[in-house]
Amino acid sequence: MGMTITQKILAKHAGKDYVEPGELINCKVDVVLGNDVTSPVAIAEFEKLGVEKVFDRDRIMLVPDHFTPNKDIKSAEQCKIVREFARKHGITNYFEIGKMGIEHCLLPEQGLVLPGDVVIGADSHTCTYGALGAFATGVGSTDMAAAMATGEAWFKVPETIKFVYYGKLPEWVSGKDLILHTIGDIGVDGARYMAMEFTGEVIRNLSMDNRFTMANMAIEAGGKNGIIEPDEITLSYVKGRAKRDFVLYKSDEDAPYFEIREYDVSKLEPLVAFPHLPENVRPVSEATHVLIDQVVIGSCTNGRIEDLEIAARIMQGKKVHPEVRVIIIPGTQEIYLEAMKRGYIQIFIEAGAAVSTPTCGPCLGGHMGILAKGEKALATTNRNFVGRMGHPESEVYLASPAVAAASALKGRITPPWEV
Amino acid sequence: MELRGKAHKFGDDVNTDYIISGRYKFKTLDMKELARHVMEDLDPDFYSKITPGDFIVAGRNFGCGSSREQAPLAIIHAGISAVVAKSFARIFYRNCINTGLPVIECDTDQIDPGDELAIDLEKGVLHNLTKGIDLKITPLPKVMLKILSDGGLVEHFKKYGTFNFD
Repeated sequence: MGMTITQKILAKHAGKDYVEPGELINCKVDVVLGNDVTSPVAIAEFEKLGVEKVFDRDRIMLVPDHFTPNKDIKSAEQCKIVREFARKHGITNYFEIGKMGIEHCLLPEQGLVLPGDVVIGADSHTCTYGALGAFATGVGSTDMAAAMATGEAWFKVPETIKFVYYGKLPEWVSGKDLILHTIGDIGVDGARYMAMEFTGEVIRNLSMDNRFTMANMAIEAGGKNGIIEPDEITLSYVKGRAKRDFVLYKSDEDAPYFEIREYDVSKLEPLVAFPHLPENVRPVSEATHVLIDQVVIGSCTNGRIEDLEIAARIMQGKKVHPEVRVIIIPGTQEIYLEAMKRGYIQIFIEAGAAVSTPTCGPCLGGHMGILAKGEKALATTNRNFVGRMGHPESEVYLASPAVAAASALKGRITPPWEV
Repeated sequence: MELRGKAHKFGDDVNTDYIISGRYKFKTLDMKELARHVMEDLDPDFYSKITPGDFIVAGRNFGCGSSREQAPLAIIHAGISAVVAKSFARIFYRNCINTGLPVIECDTDQIDPGDELAIDLEKGVLHNLTKGIDLKITPLPKVMLKILSDGGLVEHFKKYGTFNFD
């Protein structure tokens, strides 16, 4: 029996020739990740384990990105715990303010997560790295603590759903729309416990930034991981970034799939997920009645250079609608610099948008753009749960950077071809 | 390990932001304080209704959303002894095992708010004492049962010095 790419990576890290879906295995992990919300809990658990040292100081990534730059005294205390732990244990990949970025934009960019890796992160969007052909999944702080001590984690080998995208991708339709379409189709628990393998000619031609967006939202369908077989596009991204060797895995012809779903993308239009679940998707042309108070362009889903590029293209020489607050957050310092060199930051500021240092900030209702009662935001983020960006009676609509930029100019949800 | 208490019922797709809202989630590591706000946006008085040992009973996909362990910890510290649902989101499920909160999958349509329940984890059965019926529960894999009965992953690890899969 053949294996999927997910099975192969897990088998290799469990020291086995073959693993089957449903099997419980103990795995070596290549990378363990935590942020300023989850790491303090993990550090407290780590201390309880009674272990002197971390398993490998180069393989633990600590990225304070959620409430940073410290938004208040409590978050400052949390970050201090992480910083002191990093110093005490000589953690190589601790990213201080000024050098940091949103974790899931930062680690691939720095070549710290690579094809063939097993990555666990105490953050649910850790599944982002599947775009590189890695097995990456979110865990809690206790798992993170145990992995920091042992370099290992237990997993149930997941079944895989294969998603095949074919046809010609229409203008303005992006990776965000493909994944929203998929979540709309299978629902927020449609891939519960499972691997989501994204394949087909559309994926083969999709840029890395768009692939990251797709893998990032696997968790919004309940997926354990999202994964894309590495190819030339992956290699050209990884080349020059990778700090160590890596392995390329591909699914076998006879690999077992729980299900195969095929999508013809030729007739797709940009989508908007309505409150309060990412599965509530509608075509943007059916959302134009929604007036908005705020637009957020950024996050681990859509804070990369191509996301800013498309927003800049739409906003160039135009003005933000007078009743809309627009907040643009480049995902990392490197993305920020690149956007500056290309003139995007100037375009945004001249249009009347606020540009922020990298942070998760408003995506989880943390800071930098909280909503008041009754307010509506269109965001390129990943969750639109009740109260996600602020008041329990505020609303979040999810869409691509193109829809977000167009809507910023019009003050209502707007298809990009209308501006 | 037998658990006993009454059912507090919720619907499908109860996400981690409902379990403990972002308004509180990051403010403190004091779980007792967080526990006071558990499920607040779904039922503002929920905390005051809990008798220690009670169960949260829900529909599909309980615990979807973020990976933060504050969600199961807030439930534990509110005095809830187990969560019973039709299905669970996986990170939440994992976090429950690791922090020592039993999670039980069964057909929760057979349970009404206020029903008295008794759960035997080893035998894999849930008695609905109010209705006088037994419900089959999906058995936990041995390793998870072991972690749970040790009181969570940290205690398990301290006991064995590693993961014990046998």
